[in-house]
Amino acid sequence: MNSMKATMLLVASATALAACAKKPPEELPPAPITSPTPAPIDNTPRQSGPIVGSQDHFAGAVGSSTVIYFDTDRFNIDSSDAAALQAQAQYFAQYPQLTFTVEGHADERGTREYNLALGERRANAAKNYLVSLGVGANRIRTVSYGKERPVALASNQAAWAQNRRAASIIIN
Amino acid sequence: MKFTIFLAALAGLMAAPVMAQNQDLGEPLAEGGEVADVAIDGGELDDDGPLRGTVTDESDWSDIGIAIPAFATNRNRTTAANVDGTEALGSEIARVITANLRNNGLFKPVGPDSLPQPNFQQIKAPAFGTWGGRGAEMLVHGYVVAQDDGTLVVGCYLYDVALQDELIREGYEVRPADWRRAAHKCSDLVYSRLTGESPFFDSRIAYIAETGPKDKRVKRLAVMDSDGANHRFLTLGSATALTPRYSPDYKKLMYLSYVDGNPRIYVYDIGSGKQTLVTENSNPTLAPRWSPDGRSVLYSMAVAGNTDIYRVPVTGGRSIRLTNTPGIDIGGSYSPDGSKIVFESDRSGSQQCYVMDADGSNQKRISFSGGRCATPEWSPRGDQIAFTRIAGDFNVAVMSPNGRGMRVLTRGWQDEAPTWAPNGRIIQFFRTTRNSGRSGLWQVDLTGDNERRLPTPVDASDPAWGPIRD
Repeated sequence: MNSMKATMLLVASATALAACAKKPPEELPPAPITSPTPAPIDNTPRQSGPIVGSQDHFAGAVGSSTVIYFDTDRFNIDSSDAAALQAQAQYFAQYPQLTFTVEGHADERGTREYNLALGERRANAAKNYLVSLGVGANRIRTVSYGKERPVALASNQAAWAQNRRAASIIIN
Repeated sequence: MKFTIFLAALAGLMAAPVMAQNQDLGEPLAEGGEVADVAIDGGELDDDGPLRGTVTDESDWSDIGIAIPAFATNRNRTTAANVDGTEALGSEIARVITANLRNNGLFKPVGPDSLPQPNFQQIKAPAFGTWGGRGAEMLVHGYVVAQDDGTLVVGCYLYDVALQDELIREGYEVRPADWRRAAHKCSDLVYSRLTGESPFFDSRIAYIAETGPKDKRVKRLAVMDSDGANHRFLTLGSATALTPRYSPDYKKLMYLSYVDGNPRIYVYDIGSGKQTLVTENSNPTLAPRWSPDGRSVLYSMAVAGNTDIYRVPVTGGRSIRLTNTPGIDIGGSYSPDGSKIVFESDRSGSQQCYVMDADGSNQKRISFSGGRCATPEWSPRGDQIAFTRIAGDFNVAVMSPNGRGMRVLTRGWQDEAPTWAPNGRIIQFFRTTRNSGRSGLWQVDLTGDNERRLPTPVDASDPAWGPIRD
């Protein structure tokens, strides 16, 4: 499912790129402002993909590891969660200017208020693990959405497993 | 309206954080009108007490035939309450009373549309022969008079047809905008006199109105009368709103909003349309609850992922932490005398219900009936605790405050978050449909036999029934 999502994301961005290439802009960009100072020489290599600081760039670097998943009513970091968070920690070590939000979520099989508290626990479990890997706590915001923002919409075990998650989202 | 939204947005851009937290608010409600009791004429009254015992017994109260013909008027005057004047208003009042008594499964009332219309003089001297011939055991009569200043006087009379005797009467003076309150007061009078129970119709409900697909639900704070009338949206829907609670005096609402991006409890002042944070703190605050006297509130706060219950004066000030365990302690509902609090905790490994003294001492688990126990709510009568029972599906159940005598009242796939009618005889909750995520408000009585859906303009969740109005 995760790899399928990643594939879908790739397909989607490829489609978006293709669409961009084909379609002429509806309005011409404004003429460049002539400046007396010479433009600084850009030494950074041209990036063909998403830019640093975007969620797409993060997802491109760590793949499906932007999200970790939990068992019913649990908030512990298991070995696959740990591997995903290690990938995230490496990324955030490489781009120390980035800050991000860990969103905690729950499936629909819990009461609303309890699930808000449970999502908060999950977001903090992910945050604490990232901090233990050296990511500065001041770079990580947490928020719980409880069961209010599912990604999988069916009411079955597979969908609930997808919704019990902590998702890291780039802020800037 | 559009202009107001624009202004609100502008104020938000100009950016004091206090203004930012008001960003999702709609126009304030007009201040609620009052119902003044007025003395009205009638014959001799002898009070024999209520005719029936409790409505939740296996009694035949629901078979009582009650005739509710149109309320009469002394002369048909124009009124702001009805474009067709006081005569048409009299029929409307009788319809509201009929719907109240019928929809709650309490009686088998017959309304004004299939009954002859009494004249003004007959209200105090009913034509008992006519009503007895129609098989009515009880007769509700009433009148509506528009006074020169525009206010309305509504008289409400209950007669026993067989005994040809007046059982009780009341009069109410209301502004035209509050004519439905007079109808609800009259419904309450009839209901209380016939069942011996406390009134509940003249009350309001706050809830969350839901629209949109399951992964992009718009959740707005909304309020309405107990019968669904006078419906208003209080927030605009740009920020998710959840779990409202009316203050005991109906002047304030507490609810959770994501208006600043984080889940936070706000105290919304209905008169001014402004809101403030329940506590100045950067941590998420959840699950707002009022104390019975309205002076202090409970909220739950997650600190580094650990949620506990706190109490704070509604006017602000120092918060006192009531629970202190590594688990999730959340919610809380006061006993009617304010001495105890029932709350939810997963300290045992799963959600269960606990009772503590109001100061946080003597915390004891009460739920041992199997399954999980969530969202406990103490009955206004004090004798029962309603809760969401999770045993695979979610059901609404009740138990004694000591945890014994558990009874499951509903059998939906996901029935959640019970809230009590002011008289502790009916429980409202929300029912979610599997897969679609659609939700609506439902009511069930304490027998579990009488279940009905409360119509709302859009999908609905998190009902919170307020107390009986003064």
